[in-house]
Amino acid sequence: MRLESLYQEIILDHYRHPHHSGLREPFDAEVRHVNPVCGDEVTLRVTLKDSDAGPVVADVSYDALGCSISQASASVLADLLIGRTVTEGMKVNDEFLALMQSQGEGEPDEDVLGDAVAFAGVSKYPARIKCALLAWMAWKDATAQAMGGREPA
Amino acid sequence: MTFDVARIRKDFPILERTVRDGQPLIYLDSANTSQKPRQVLDTLADFYERHNANIHRATHQLGEEATAAYEGARATAAGFIGAAEPAEVVFTKNVSEAINLVAYSMGNASATGQRGRFALGPGDEIVITEMEHHSNIVPWQLLCQRTGATLRWFGVTPEGRLDTSNIDGLITERTKLVAFAHQSNVLGTINPVRAIADRAHAAGALVLVDAAQSVPHMPVDVAALGVDFLGFTSHKMCGPTGIGVLWGRRELLEEMPPFLGGGEMIEDVRMERSTFAPPPHKFEAGTMPIAEAPTLAAAIGYLGEIGLPAIREYEHGLIAHALEALREIDGLRILGPAEPVDRGAAISFTVDGVHPHDMSQVLDERGIAVRAGHHCAWPLHRAMGVQASTRASFYLYNMHEEADALAEGIREAQRFFGAGGR
Repeated sequence: MRLESLYQEIILDHYRHPHHSGLREPFDAEVRHVNPVCGDEVTLRVTLKDSDAGPVVADVSYDALGCSISQASASVLADLLIGRTVTEGMKVNDEFLALMQSQGEGEPDEDVLGDAVAFAGVSKYPARIKCALLAWMAWKDATAQAMGGREPA
Repeated sequence: MTFDVARIRKDFPILERTVRDGQPLIYLDSANTSQKPRQVLDTLADFYERHNANIHRATHQLGEEATAAYEGARATAAGFIGAAEPAEVVFTKNVSEAINLVAYSMGNASATGQRGRFALGPGDEIVITEMEHHSNIVPWQLLCQRTGATLRWFGVTPEGRLDTSNIDGLITERTKLVAFAHQSNVLGTINPVRAIADRAHAAGALVLVDAAQSVPHMPVDVAALGVDFLGFTSHKMCGPTGIGVLWGRRELLEEMPPFLGGGEMIEDVRMERSTFAPPPHKFEAGTMPIAEAPTLAAAIGYLGEIGLPAIREYEHGLIAHALEALREIDGLRILGPAEPVDRGAAISFTVDGVHPHDMSQVLDERGIAVRAGHHCAWPLHRAMGVQASTRASFYLYNMHEEADALAEGIREAQRFFGAGGR
């Protein structure tokens, strides 16, 4: 059934048991993004710390209201990006964006995207792509704010 | 003639197609846009194949025919809603434009120092309701921002009815205009137009009714409603997109300044200033949706032949059946009246544990088209305490079996997203 190709078990697991959910202190930047089509919303916080390799994503926390796709996406994002450098995180973000824009033709790299490869099926449903991207757009925005004038590496 | 849904369905070619790998289409999104019968589609093609020309300015036979078709449609639309004369019908793009036309005209009256009932300033008030579609909220917010007037609104009760308990506090001598929906696009609630209109008129205010969701489904008579302006749109009533109607009382349309400037709406143009045509042409700048007008008239003719009272009666039974089927589902909450009393053919609901977007996805997989989200009524959803909902909306071509299929699809979504998810 096509439903299972969209709602992979990984997505449903993250939806039912989201990781890193709930807003945490401290944080460097907080943003609230809304999908005006359906009213889904996410409030997302990013904390950065400096390292020899450049700024690192120390924490991502969020409060998400929305469908299974948007909630699971926020959970997977936090899993994937916490602990990475901002430069790496932006690469993952770009890769995920490309996957969502692939109209079902993308061949996701599991080494880069991890659990996020489960969202490949979403790219076949134009109405749902924004759901999957909501948290990612929020993360990119919050991270840019947290960076201030800093160089990524 | 008895109402024969099987025969009606044969008029709608799209109902024969399949979706999502061969499933019959179950179209429950008519409050969003309706499907079109063959008779309407043929009218559009016939206009372009035989009569196409610009109107009011072509001095040839086709121009005459096109003008007659366009103006004939105006007369048809006027007769359909009980207007005193065709000149009270202004063609617009849709109801949003009809409402914006009144709002911007009032803004223009205010900006040019015109006195009278259309000019607004600080201390004046516009009254709307929390139940409105964004298109009956945002134009008034913008108008208030431009003029310094104040926006006020009726709330809704937990049952999804308009809360009119504070009507005397809301509608006062400061009120310049009261704007509200005849029927909610989310809740299906049919509002007591006449009572509110009478109260508004007693206070000296104008009354505008958004009839986008009522005109397709029931007999609507502007004189009986006792309002000043009423908007409806073709695409929700078996007609084409791109055309709608603003009906306004003649003396009001005459007094109002224009909204859009351009060709056709003028009387005389000089480089310094212009004078304007009488209504309705004063409000119809530029080339209008010409072919769409006689096509809308064909839709009106189609609905008229079946009979709006017969359609209303059939839909009443259909909605009663659908409400009953939905009420049996555990964890399902119907937003708005749960009984088929003073309610129309849109049913919005939430289901515990299944987000509306996910619900509509599961339904779509079964060939059932519904709408998910806030349906352009975000304040209403907040008032009802929900973030979003799923809306199934019915029309004359829907069958009782389709309501049953909806209920079964909802149960399938509950199973899919429930414990185990399979």
